[in-house]
Amino acid sequence: MTTAVARDSIRAPQRMGDRIFSTATVVAGSLILAVLAAVAVFLLLQSLPAFVATPDDFRGEFSNFWSYVWPLAFGTLWSAFLALLIAVPLAIGIALFISHYAPRKLSQGLGYIIDLLAAVPSVVFGLWGIGVLAPLLQPFYTSLVEWFGWIPLFAGPVSGTGRTVLTVAIVLAVMVLPIITAICREIFLQTPVLYEEASLALGATRWEMIAMAVLPFGRSGIISASMLGLGRALGETMAVAMVLSPSPQVIFQLLTSQNPTTIAANIALNFPEAHGTGVSILLATGLVLFVITLAVNMIARLIINRRKAFSGAN
Amino acid sequence: MSTTTVAAPLTNSLTAGKLPKHSAPIVLLASWLVTGAVFLIMQISGGGSSFNITGTLFFGTVLYCIAIYLLSFFVEGGRKAKDRLVTALVTAAFVIALIPLVSLIATTVINGLPAFLTPTFFTSSQRNVVGAGGGALHAVMGTLLVTGLATVISVPIGLLSAIYLTEYGRGRLARAITFFVDVMTGIPSIVAGLFAFALFALIFNDPGVRFGFGGAIALSVLMIPVVVRSSEEMLKLVPNELREAAFALGVPKWLTILKVVLPTSLAGIVTGVMISISRVIGETAPLLIIAGFTSSMNYDLFSDRMMTLPVFVYTQYANQGSDTQAYIDRAWAGALTLIVIVMLLNAIARLIAKLFSPKLGR
Repeated sequence: MTTAVARDSIRAPQRMGDRIFSTATVVAGSLILAVLAAVAVFLLLQSLPAFVATPDDFRGEFSNFWSYVWPLAFGTLWSAFLALLIAVPLAIGIALFISHYAPRKLSQGLGYIIDLLAAVPSVVFGLWGIGVLAPLLQPFYTSLVEWFGWIPLFAGPVSGTGRTVLTVAIVLAVMVLPIITAICREIFLQTPVLYEEASLALGATRWEMIAMAVLPFGRSGIISASMLGLGRALGETMAVAMVLSPSPQVIFQLLTSQNPTTIAANIALNFPEAHGTGVSILLATGLVLFVITLAVNMIARLIINRRKAFSGAN
Repeated sequence: MSTTTVAAPLTNSLTAGKLPKHSAPIVLLASWLVTGAVFLIMQISGGGSSFNITGTLFFGTVLYCIAIYLLSFFVEGGRKAKDRLVTALVTAAFVIALIPLVSLIATTVINGLPAFLTPTFFTSSQRNVVGAGGGALHAVMGTLLVTGLATVISVPIGLLSAIYLTEYGRGRLARAITFFVDVMTGIPSIVAGLFAFALFALIFNDPGVRFGFGGAIALSVLMIPVVVRSSEEMLKLVPNELREAAFALGVPKWLTILKVVLPTSLAGIVTGVMISISRVIGETAPLLIIAGFTSSMNYDLFSDRMMTLPVFVYTQYANQGSDTQAYIDRAWAGALTLIVIVMLLNAIARLIAKLFSPKLGR
C-alpha cells in the first residue's frame, strides 16, 4: 500500500469537476476586467463624433467640444472640492467620536447610524435638498451676502431660491460623509494599542494621545478616504441635477443664481431630449468624467494598498 | 463654581486643579439657558414671529465651547482645556451628522405618507392620469424586475470572482482583479448607464434605445464589485482548518468549496448581497438614461421603456403637471417607498448576519 502511494505522483488527480469549476472562477474574474475595459472602449467608440463636432451641434455658443466640456469639468471639480472641504473635518471628528470618545458598547451602533446615510438613495437627497435645505439656507445666504459681500466668494446678487453651488456642496458633503467616516473609523481603530497606552501613560491628555499617536498613524488613510469621497462626489448626479439652477460658465461665486453645473448633472438633464451628435457629445463628457474618477480612485487605492503593505495592519 | 473648587481647603489632593466631575453637562445646560434667554428677550423686544430654537441650540453650543475652554484654562491649564475643547467639537461633529439624517427621514415620512396611504398608490399606474390620483405600481414593478435581473446577473459573477480571489487566485491576474474591483466601486453610476446605452445603441444600431434589460446591465456594473468585495471578505473568514480537514478526507477542491466553504460563509454572503441590492435599488441616473420613463405598465424587460421607482420620483418632481401639489406628493411617496425598501433590506441583512454568522473564537 505504502509503496503504491510512493510511486504515484503527489499531485492530486485532475477531476472534471475541478477543471470546470476553476475555469468558471477564472472566467468570472476576467469578465470583471473585461467589463471595465468595455466601459472605456464603448464610451470612446460612441463619443468619437463629438470630438469633430461643429459649433452648430452644441446647445449654446461653443466653438468645439473642449470649450463645451471645460466649464462642466470645472463645475464638477469645484462642487466636489467644496463638498470635501465641509465633509473631511466633520468625518474625522465623527470617526474619532465613534472610535475613541463614545462608550465602547455604543460605538458599533453609532457606526450603523452613520452608515444609514449611505443607504439613502440620491434622488431622495435631491428632493430633500430642494424641498428643505435650500429654503432653510436662503435667509442665511442673504445675510451672508449683506455682511460678507466684500469677499469675492460671497459676492452678490444673492440667489432668491437658495439653489446655489454651496447648497449642492452641503448635500454632496452629507452624501460622502458615511464613506469617509467608515474608512477613517477603520483606520483609527487599527492604531496599535501600545502607542495609545504609552502616550496616555506618559501623561498625555486624550487629545494629545490622538494628535501624537492616532492621527499620524492614520494620515495616509485619511487622505485615501478623502479621495474615495472625492470620487463619489465627482460622479454624483441626481442630487446636483435637482438642486442646482445651472448655467454653463466658470463662476467662483457661491451664492448667486448663476452656478457652474457638473458633467453628471448636465448629462442627466439633457440626455432624455438629446439626439444625433448631441448624444455623442454627452457620451464624450461622460468619458471625461470616467477618466477623472478612474484616476482619482486609482490614486486612492494605490495609497491604501501601499500603506497596507508595510504597516502590517490588516 | 470654579473658584470655590480652587479656594476651598482640599480634602483630596488628587482632585486638585480639576473641574468638578459633572461640570461639562452643567456648563452646556447653562449656556443653552443663557442663549435661550437672550433669544427670548430679542423676540419680545423685536416682536419676532416665533422662538428661534435652532439658533438657541447652535449659539448655545458655541458659547459652551468658549466657556468650557476658558473655565478649564484657568482651573486646569492649557493642555486640559484644549482636550475639553476637542471633546466638545468631536461630539458636536457627530450630532451635526445626525441632523440631516433625522431631518431627511422626518420630511420624507411627513410629506410622503398622505399619497403613500392612498389605496391606488400600489394598485394602479400613471397611465392616462393627469393631476391627482394614479399610482406607482408600474414603477414598483419595474424596480423589482430590473433590480432582480441585475441581482441574477451579478451574484454568480461576483461570487465566482470572490471564490477565484480567495481559493485559486495567485499572481498578477488576482492582484489586477483585486485592484480593479476596488477601482470599479468608484465608477459614477451615470457612467454605468452611459456604458449600457453605448453598448446597446451599437448592438441594435438604434440611437434611441431604451429598455429594462439595459438598466439591469448598468446596475450589474455597479453591483458586481460590491458583491465581490463583501463575499471575498466573508470567504476569507472561513478557517483554513476546515478546508484542510476536507482535503484530508479526499474531497476534491471544487466539492470542498461547494460543500464546506460556501455553507460556512453563506450568512455573510447573503448579507453582502442584500446590502449591495440596497445600494443599487436607489440608483436613478443609469436607469433614467437606458431604461427611460413611461407612465404605463411594462412587464417585458426586453422591449420598450420601463419605469422604475427612483426615476418615478425624479420625473414626478421634474415634470410637474398643472396640479403641482399632486405630483410633488407622489414624488415624496415614491421616496418614502424607496427608503422603506432600502431600510428593510438593510435591517434583514443585519439580522441574518447576527443570527447565522459562524461563531469564531475572538
